[in-house]
Amino acid sequence: MAAVNWVFDSLLMVNLLWLAWRALVNPNLFKAVVLFIAFTLFLALAWVRLNAPDVALAEAAIGAGITGALLLTSLQRINVSKPNKKEKPDEV
Amino acid sequence: MRSRDMSANVIRGSLIALIAALIAPLAWAVWSLPEEGLGLRPKVVMNLPQSGASHPVTAVLLNFRGYDTLLEIAALLIVSVGAWSLGEAQETDDSQSPVSPVQRLTSQVLIPLMILTAGYFLWVGTKSPGGAFQAGALLGAAGVLLILGGWTPAPSLHWPVRISLTLGLLVFVVVGTSVMAAGGYFLEYPASWAGTLILLIETAATLSIGLILTAVYVGGQPRIWIDHLPGDKGESL
Repeated sequence: MAAVNWVFDSLLMVNLLWLAWRALVNPNLFKAVVLFIAFTLFLALAWVRLNAPDVALAEAAIGAGITGALLLTSLQRINVSKPNKKEKPDEV
Repeated sequence: MRSRDMSANVIRGSLIALIAALIAPLAWAVWSLPEEGLGLRPKVVMNLPQSGASHPVTAVLLNFRGYDTLLEIAALLIVSVGAWSLGEAQETDDSQSPVSPVQRLTSQVLIPLMILTAGYFLWVGTKSPGGAFQAGALLGAAGVLLILGGWTPAPSLHWPVRISLTLGLLVFVVVGTSVMAAGGYFLEYPASWAGTLILLIETAATLSIGLILTAVYVGGQPRIWIDHLPGDKGESL
């Protein structure tokens, strides 16, 4: 049904933009990386809606798996080298 | 507001205006595309029987535009060479974040499943979504899970890993040049052999891509391989 398609697509778009904005603005880098991984998974859904399932498979595996793990490892190494980093109060 | 806040807001505002000016024409262009634009699809579907794959994406990637895929695999290899030439891998500090039993058990269950699913993607790529890059990405993620579980490579794996990293590109180039002996151009597969050649190239490419992604995650040559270079008299640092 076209109505369900529209509702799903608009929800997906709103989610993508919201996740992207919150990932960029978040002062807590760990939360930002987690939001980026969530953004990647939503993007994989968007690729499916665009009739590109191959790209969706690659996006889910590479974006969430490889890039997410790389970002988290880099974050860990940055934090290890800066032990007196103060954290702002939590906000998501 | 202080002048620093104001200039930051001016920069942010002008950046938003620039991005909006870029996105608005793009959005209008996409919106004004015809609903059912055919593009090159009829030509691809017409030549699909001779391509060796029944999924149009795989046929385009591995046959019609095979040269582009060859260059992509070469680019991935260069990425792994570049990442490894920056130094050796950092030692993991197991006292900081010990591997929990839950993680160990989950890895033991998930990694064989991921390898199996990668093999499935590779096989089914000829007739439905899948293929070498998807399978290779899944293998890379399995490798990342392996490294996170605290696995360190043995010295005897040094040369097998080196050879397997380059295997995808090597097989692609060898296949591409050996079909020239059958009288075609570079990468022009004969129609009866196309399916087999595509599967051969994809298998080697899957292994290579998985290893390249894991190697990029490791971030450098493991120390245990540098200490045991062939030709060393066995001295340790």
